[in-house]
Amino acid sequence: MDDLLQSLVANARVDNATLAKTLGLTEAEVVERIAEYEERGLIKSYQAILDEDKLPGRVTAVIEVSMTPERGGGFDRTAARIAKFPQVSSMYLMSGDFDLMMFVQGSTLQDVAQFVSEKLSTIPGVTGTATHFMLKTYKHRGVLMQTEEAHERLKVSP
Amino acid sequence: MSGSRSRPKASNLVDKLADPVRDMPRSGIRDFFDIVSQMKEVISLSIGEPDFVTPWHIREHAIFALEQGRTGYTGNRGLPQLLTGLSDYVERTFGLSYHPESEILTTVGVSEALDVALRALINPGDEIIYHEPCYVSYAPIINMAHGKAVCIETLEKDNFCITPEQLSGAITPKTKAVVLNFPNNPTGGSMDADTARALAEIAVAADLIVITDEVYAELTYEGTHTSIATMPGMRERTIFLHGFSKAWAMTGFRIGYACAPPELCEAMMKIHQYTMLCAPILSQEAAIEALKQPETDIGEMRASYLRRRNFITKAFEEMGVPCMMPQGAFYAFPNISQFGMSSKDFALRFLDEQEVALVPGTAFGACGEGFVRCSYATAMDDIQIAMERMAIFCDHLKTKG
Repeated sequence: MDDLLQSLVANARVDNATLAKTLGLTEAEVVERIAEYEERGLIKSYQAILDEDKLPGRVTAVIEVSMTPERGGGFDRTAARIAKFPQVSSMYLMSGDFDLMMFVQGSTLQDVAQFVSEKLSTIPGVTGTATHFMLKTYKHRGVLMQTEEAHERLKVSP
Repeated sequence: MSGSRSRPKASNLVDKLADPVRDMPRSGIRDFFDIVSQMKEVISLSIGEPDFVTPWHIREHAIFALEQGRTGYTGNRGLPQLLTGLSDYVERTFGLSYHPESEILTTVGVSEALDVALRALINPGDEIIYHEPCYVSYAPIINMAHGKAVCIETLEKDNFCITPEQLSGAITPKTKAVVLNFPNNPTGGSMDADTARALAEIAVAADLIVITDEVYAELTYEGTHTSIATMPGMRERTIFLHGFSKAWAMTGFRIGYACAPPELCEAMMKIHQYTMLCAPILSQEAAIEALKQPETDIGEMRASYLRRRNFITKAFEEMGVPCMMPQGAFYAFPNISQFGMSSKDFALRFLDEQEVALVPGTAFGACGEGFVRCSYATAMDDIQIAMERMAIFCDHLKTKG
């Protein structure tokens, strides 16, 4: 990962002028490179990372899905069909005992249960699901939810 | 106090003090610390330690070591596993080969290593050459050992590096050793291989010992770091000092080491043995773990310092304040002489008006006059605010004085 991407991954809200100064580039170069990354689809989106445990009325489930792959399409066509449901926040094809792992969000347990029984399980090719409700988030996308207190440094030291 | 228990009238206690201690000024840093600590909302660019905490795997290993009951003394030189690890690391990183059993001494920070190195060498009246601006302890430690500290003033035009001519000019028949510190605190200056070679030739010709404090070596941003100990004829006359404080963000662990030929290492070990016994075992354990993935640990922090260095030097450039591009460490040392005030007045007024703390260059030697040290081992947000305020301050000084 180059310097610019690293900086953006660490903090996507840094303005272009600061990025330029810290990376030894001109502002125009920063703008151009970011535009290029966006165009190539390397940068997909810029989002805030929340401590979702602080949001009321929101449950998350991790669901393992077993599937029968299709002749010709493998898992991709069915997976794409599942991924389009807005309830699905992330989804991955996995090696091991099951095929897809997905993170599904809803306002209540029933919401999620309903999605699994009415939508997910009924899709042709899906042969089984196992739903695990998430109880607490410790770390999300490299960010600790319980941050360590800033360590006290002497205000002046040699 | 009337009515208090009588005790024999003390003679003037100051007269009881050892001369070098009585005559030793308090660190200029300390004076500034007292002022800054009384202020609440100060942004501090005056901190000489990383703003990172020690990488988690190192802390976690120290916790494990404590759980395992690793609470005893160790051998004077340090844990064998640490000594072997240090030997490997120094060879891999600096191209210097030291025997773990006879040529490495683990110390309580580089500060202790420097102290034992100087005490091992100095007879009363021996001259020790060092360069300023520099870390605050060099001259005091030399003086406490009854040596004579001979100062070379490094200049902005030389990128704050000592020149061969300066070194030659400072040598007398009484010169025993030279203390070098590159990359340098407070200037960010470093020493290139050509200079190191030229200085080495002089040291060999004059038969001097060289003590080289390379604690900032891994935090080198331009080119690669070359240790003077690698130059021809130098290994046998060099005491190489290094530690974990800066590159691994382990200041509070107080763990450093000295590498030197057996005779010198043995001499330092004797002092260490009688004064310190050993470095704290938990810190030694942490250091063992720190040596397992140094590239990963240091790489991330170095990249972050580099970005901040770029930002801060660019900011000074835009303000029209000359600032040598620091090649290493995490300090910028801008030249504020155009404002016609002393470094101390500049720093005090900036602190008073803009609530940002810097260290006056004079805290690192008289020749630091006209400069201030800005540590960029500080959160980027704070650096940004500090530089905005610096721009306002400088603008104000330029227009109104």
